[in-house]
Amino acid sequence: MEERRKERLDRGIKIRTDKIYALMSWRELSYLTLPRLVLIVGVLILPFVVPSMYWQRVISIVCIYALLALSFDFLAHFVGLVSLGGAFYIGIGGYLAAILNTSAGLPPIITIPIATLIGAAICTLLLLPCLPLRGVYFAIVTLMYPLLAARIIEALDILGGTDGIMGVESFSNNWTEQYFILFMTLMFLFGLRRLVNMDIGLVFRAVKDNDQAVRASGINITLYKAIAVFIASGVGCLAGACLVHIYMWSGISLFALDFSILPIAATVIGGAGTLVGPLLGCFILVPISELLREFGTLRIVFYSLILVAFIVFRSEGIMVYGQRKYHQFERWVKI
Amino acid sequence: MGILIYGTINSVALALMALGFALVYGISRLPNFGHGALYVVTGFITWSFFRGLGVNYLLSILLSMIIIGIVGALIYQFILIRVRGMATSEIIASYAIGVAILEGLRWGGFKGMTYTLPAFFEGSIDISGIPVDFHRIIVVGAGAGVVVFLWLFTHHTRIGLALRGMAQDERAALMLGIDSDFMAVVAMGLGSALAGLAAVLLLPLGNIVVESGYNVLILAIAVCIVGGLGSWMGAVIAAFLIGFAQILTVVYLGSHFQMVVALLAIILTLILRPSGLFGRQKELEERV
Repeated sequence: MEERRKERLDRGIKIRTDKIYALMSWRELSYLTLPRLVLIVGVLILPFVVPSMYWQRVISIVCIYALLALSFDFLAHFVGLVSLGGAFYIGIGGYLAAILNTSAGLPPIITIPIATLIGAAICTLLLLPCLPLRGVYFAIVTLMYPLLAARIIEALDILGGTDGIMGVESFSNNWTEQYFILFMTLMFLFGLRRLVNMDIGLVFRAVKDNDQAVRASGINITLYKAIAVFIASGVGCLAGACLVHIYMWSGISLFALDFSILPIAATVIGGAGTLVGPLLGCFILVPISELLREFGTLRIVFYSLILVAFIVFRSEGIMVYGQRKYHQFERWVKI
Repeated sequence: MGILIYGTINSVALALMALGFALVYGISRLPNFGHGALYVVTGFITWSFFRGLGVNYLLSILLSMIIIGIVGALIYQFILIRVRGMATSEIIASYAIGVAILEGLRWGGFKGMTYTLPAFFEGSIDISGIPVDFHRIIVVGAGAGVVVFLWLFTHHTRIGLALRGMAQDERAALMLGIDSDFMAVVAMGLGSALAGLAAVLLLPLGNIVVESGYNVLILAIAVCIVGGLGSWMGAVIAAFLIGFAQILTVVYLGSHFQMVVALLAIILTLILRPSGLFGRQKELEERV
């Protein structure tokens, strides 16, 4: 029996390369733009095709998680900081938006940007002392931040204590809510993809691969890590601020585990390090978790187990698989 | 005086919770974030044997400790061993397993105030005017016993010595014919059994609730990080530091702050001195 092996060849069509490239035909042009168009158009018409108001709300929640997952993926796979504290960003952004809205009476259109920026600044300041930590230690310390924040709010009985802050203004109508969040998700998805391909992204990846070498090149790695944390926590705070305006309520449950685990599971399932993968993972996981809502905490069991399976059996994720199939020829060759 | 007595009891309780975690991390470098889940599961297994099946209390304790040891070893052998050495994956995987177990228990109806284990001996004794019930004294005694047992086990038995060898230098241990994978499984089993022991000793002091799984995990991590990951003596000393700090805050500030102390201890230690008070790892390994 003759032996064969599978040969993989790159299709030579790329949007960004380091060499000269040219798009020759409509076919190549559509080869490159089609996947992106499908994603953008698909996401934008989604609010029209879902059956009910309830599922429109689910789409908003999907996008909240997608933003968080994006920030996790960016921080973990492009900067090398594994942050298990997505709930911390949500909580900080959410509480800020709620306070600005209820105390200062600002409308959502102003509270959300302010909460995003100030929240990101607060998160970066609080995480600044931890930035020299690596690997497990950073993961542990970030896991502890949301827990600590929740306990402090509970113990000191500040910011509404266990009841939370009620009466936060909602978006003016359902469609603004939908399209604002969808648009933000797409913007940050493509923005971050752009960012990691720019010079600063190169430094980020270098910090991930070998921080000592970066430091030896005279680059201040703490500064770059701080920038990365600022960006990632800003995305998280934005998600938190939107969430508070959707639920019209802000409470300790913003620091809950859900916001830390589900985005990680979505990233692992969708394909780590692709930035699109996390979005895809959220569009799969969150609706399933909504369908399982009547089973109560069983849904947490469900996505924990998926997470274990994907991590342990080293599955590459849907997006990585898809990209390989799309960008490469495969054929059997004789050995 | 009350602070001294209850501080000691609290510290020993913390040390019991943390020893299993410290043992597993010290030997196989696995931060077992499912520790809290194993703790709570033992409580429910003991409860099922004792209240459900009517087995003798001591026997059900022994049985559930053996079962949890085997469960821990199986989890390691079939799941966690595949991500061995990839610290972040280990954390995420073991944490997810823990969460799955805890939330599964919650879904299975194990919630509320109905699940309690009886104290070993009822009644209390006055120590210089402060009433202390017998069970807490047993906890202190058992804690000391466990530390002594672990010391003897790791210094005078073949398996214990092999475990220590692996903790010191895994490659050298491999060259001397120690099966490091098997030893890691043994360590995980032993660590789980220790978590179970802590559970059966400490749970009679209150209700068995799912939430305590998360708290136990945080407390165990706090103790191990303050003491220095991988250092057992450090863990015991850190347990006393945190234990007394907790009792002091409860007395002077209020009981809400008990967990805040532990969490702050973790964060401050990691920021100021990531290798902990008695950690033996080089600073450069975890800091840039």
